Amino acid sequence: MGGARTDRAPVTSPARARAVAQTLAAWGLAGPAVFFLLVLFLLPVAGVFVIAFSDWQFGARSFSFVGFANFREVFLDPAFRASLLNSVVYVLIVVPGAGILGLVIAVLIESGKSCRAFYRAVHFLPFMATLAAMAIAWEALLHPAIGFVNQALAVTGLPTANWLRDENTALPVLAAIGIWQNLGYAMVLFLAGLKSIPQDLYDAADVDGADFWFDRLRTVTLPMLGPVSMFVVIVVAVRAFEPFDIVKVLTQGGPGHASEMLLYTLYRESFEYLRTGYGAALAVVFLGIVVTLTLVQARIMGKRVHYQ
Amino acid sequence: MASVAIEDIRKNYGPTSVLRGVSLLIADGEFLTLLGPSGCGKSTLLRILAGLEVQDAGSVLIDRRAVDGLRPKQRDVAMVFQSYALYPHMTVASNMALPLRMRGLSAFQRLPLVGRLLPGTARISAAIDVEVMRTATSLGIGHLLARKPGQLSGGQRQRVAVGRAMVRHPAVFLMDEPLSNLDAELRVQMRAEIKDLHRRLGGTFVYVTHDQAEAMTLSDRVALMVDGELLQVAAPQDIYADPDDRRVAEFIGSPRINMLDGMVRERGVIDVAGSTLAMELDVIAGAHLTVGIRSEAFHFVDHGGPDVLTGSVRMIEHMGSDLLVHLDLAGVDHPVIARLLAERAPYIAIGETLHVGVRPDRVLVFSRDGRRLRRDAGHGRASIAPIREIAR
Amino acid sequence: MSAMTFPNRQSLLSSILRHAVLICTGALILAPFMWMLSLSIKPPCEIFGVSFSFWPHQFYGIENYSRALTEAPLLRYMGNGVLVCAIILALQILVCAPCAYVLAKLRFAGRKLLFGIVLIGLMLPHQVLSLPLFILSYQLGLLDTYAALIFPYVVSPFGIFLFRQFFMTIPDDVVHAARLDGLSELAIVWKIMLPMALPALIAFSIFSVIGHWNDLFWPLIVVRDQSLMPPPLGIMVFRNEEAGNDYGPLMAASTLVVMPLVIAFLAAQKWFVEGMTGGAVK
Repeated sequence: MGGARTDRAPVTSPARARAVAQTLAAWGLAGPAVFFLLVLFLLPVAGVFVIAFSDWQFGARSFSFVGFANFREVFLDPAFRASLLNSVVYVLIVVPGAGILGLVIAVLIESGKSCRAFYRAVHFLPFMATLAAMAIAWEALLHPAIGFVNQALAVTGLPTANWLRDENTALPVLAAIGIWQNLGYAMVLFLAGLKSIPQDLYDAADVDGADFWFDRLRTVTLPMLGPVSMFVVIVVAVRAFEPFDIVKVLTQGGPGHASEMLLYTLYRESFEYLRTGYGAALAVVFLGIVVTLTLVQARIMGKRVHYQ
Repeated sequence: MASVAIEDIRKNYGPTSVLRGVSLLIADGEFLTLLGPSGCGKSTLLRILAGLEVQDAGSVLIDRRAVDGLRPKQRDVAMVFQSYALYPHMTVASNMALPLRMRGLSAFQRLPLVGRLLPGTARISAAIDVEVMRTATSLGIGHLLARKPGQLSGGQRQRVAVGRAMVRHPAVFLMDEPLSNLDAELRVQMRAEIKDLHRRLGGTFVYVTHDQAEAMTLSDRVALMVDGELLQVAAPQDIYADPDDRRVAEFIGSPRINMLDGMVRERGVIDVAGSTLAMELDVIAGAHLTVGIRSEAFHFVDHGGPDVLTGSVRMIEHMGSDLLVHLDLAGVDHPVIARLLAERAPYIAIGETLHVGVRPDRVLVFSRDGRRLRRDAGHGRASIAPIREIAR
Repeated sequence: MSAMTFPNRQSLLSSILRHAVLICTGALILAPFMWMLSLSIKPPCEIFGVSFSFWPHQFYGIENYSRALTEAPLLRYMGNGVLVCAIILALQILVCAPCAYVLAKLRFAGRKLLFGIVLIGLMLPHQVLSLPLFILSYQLGLLDTYAALIFPYVVSPFGIFLFRQFFMTIPDDVVHAARLDGLSELAIVWKIMLPMALPALIAFSIFSVIGHWNDLFWPLIVVRDQSLMPPPLGIMVFRNEEAGNDYGPLMAASTLVVMPLVIAFLAAQKWFVEGMTGGAVK
């Protein structure tokens, strides 16, 4: 590049001039994205940290740093502790529930040829349906008097409940809705994993004598799904830390704090009670959890994701 | 060890017929290669032998026992796949042990943890380990047993795949293009090793490839398939020198055999490309034929005459010891390729007129529908009637 | 797993079992949808009656759906949703595609830094940023405007990442040829890269539209004015005002909110699955 242009006697070499021009062009093209990434992502996240470590309130003109005071307040608050515990319980129900059901359904769908698209569509439907509206449908389904669930239970003679107003059932019911919503996601990821298993391996297993369905599952299918399974666990876990719509619409965290979860607490403290310091500290805690999970995922997927 | 009999196997995928009635006998201990262009049905036939696919009609017998309803594991066959199909999550040892474990141990004995506590498991497992070690050592991969397939080179994976097939001493070895994923040098080396393996084990091998060099070097007999039909089964030298069918002649040999239109002028003389060839054929005058001449059947001559073709040089390919000379002949739309000795090279120039002699005994003559017409009257007579029809 | 090799009784049995299980799980999955549809066409007396059946004795759908459309500005909500989603998507493509091109095809000082910023953005859950973004909207006087619903999403780190991944699979020679043909870098993005990356563009569009059509969290924070509300917020407000007694119209409204995406999904299932998981399985 440019070796033939020595007659111009440039101050910088042509190669260097070219590199500078390229850099300018690149930053020019990326300019809008860079600006908005800074203003809408990096500055806000810095802002959250500043607010979390200071005594700033809405409308205040000045602030001073107060160390971990906000965090102390958050962790001493029984409401937050209930919220954190509930979130963990919710994740511990939703991840295995959605993961195992998603795996079973994916394997079943892939084990035959007929109606694949239909079954996939049906099971994936909740994942993309508007959750706020579906929460209202769930409310009707779970309604103590007119809900289908209680009507069906009454007919079969089983005990009924006021599912969303009972502190023993509120969280498990929300978790069930969480499984309902996320199992299609897990299923689709597992289906992609199943598709990538080479047919040759099943043929080899056949010839080697592992031709009973259980042996095929154990020799080929499940081990080959190992990496996908780890991935599913993490992405579903990240999602399971973020339920908001169903809490807001169905229980408002109640009864008591029985179904309060992190994002709902974050919303209520920040925007209803306007406790900015508390809200920001909670946001930092939440961020810590999600980023940790994401980094674990990046670590696990490291070999498969090529970032550069 | 066993013989394999394939009787009139047919297979359709929807409207396309992949195998149109293939019959073949493979002797005990024979190395038979199914050779053909891709899509000719050779892999499907192998998979039907293995029991991985089911034929629509026909029968497979292994060791004179019909195996049609049997699953792969009940057929006593082992297979080496093109992709090797090693289980990537298992060590080499576990990969090789799997077929033995599936046969030697019951479902309960194979359970993790619990299985080890059951009576007999330890003894059988130990015997399996010994067998795996013995096989691995004989293949020179004894030191790799603890590794996983991902940590191995292509050639090593290939050996593991062969080892997994060998370890349980099957009656028949099936190999589906096992060398096609290796680079050229390794392919030649592994070719020799497979040949050696066959000699050592003495088993029946059925080997699928599209590479004629592999087929020619490895096989006792080559079965050539085109479009779901078996065209010829013969020893490598015969399938090259004495093909039964025009398609066989065209598939085998490189450069491709030269095919020229010819007409029988009178008994014993065929008009070809403005010249004549002396050929004793039991065919009436006026019949149209196709004359096949391999490039090495030509030799350099000084002037034209009977059994000599004359054309202008279009291109010369230098091959080292030989030259491939492309000649344009009068009235022939594609060039004829002649392999000549390189010593003549300085004398040949592009555009020059060249005379090449043909050894009549190396000329292959085919009827217009592609069947071979032999000078030997015994064979030739069989094809008289159709030729008369064509000649009219 | 593969197709059963042996057509025997075992495969027939397993096929029946497969359908049986999948129909059961499918029915459970669809239960809320069916119940919603069922209530949306029932008269109040049947909704609160003791007997239950999915199909009503008296078809009351017209009354319920017309009440849903008249008692709440449902069409307005949906119009808002369409408007907001469309503007967000257009801006995202406009902002993200050039940045993705730069990351995929140009060598320049600070490239790693830029990509690092994108990855950080990719990792951040958006809700964490809501407090500063709320303050920012307040400072800019954007609260209770369409702009407040749109501006936090003008750039999508996921969009940049997805486009970059796809652009990297396009051979460099295509870019070189375009340059020799006299196209500017910006023209290369719009006329060459983006059309070639159509699958990624479709997947991202679906991902973006679904995400913002369904979002409740952010609109709840910045919008009080009913005439600006997107569907999820609108339906929630409608529910609260109705105090949960008028189930027929409420279910009709929910059905109307859910329906556009469901219909689009059923029409283009493959693309939806790709869009919603494409980033995950890269």
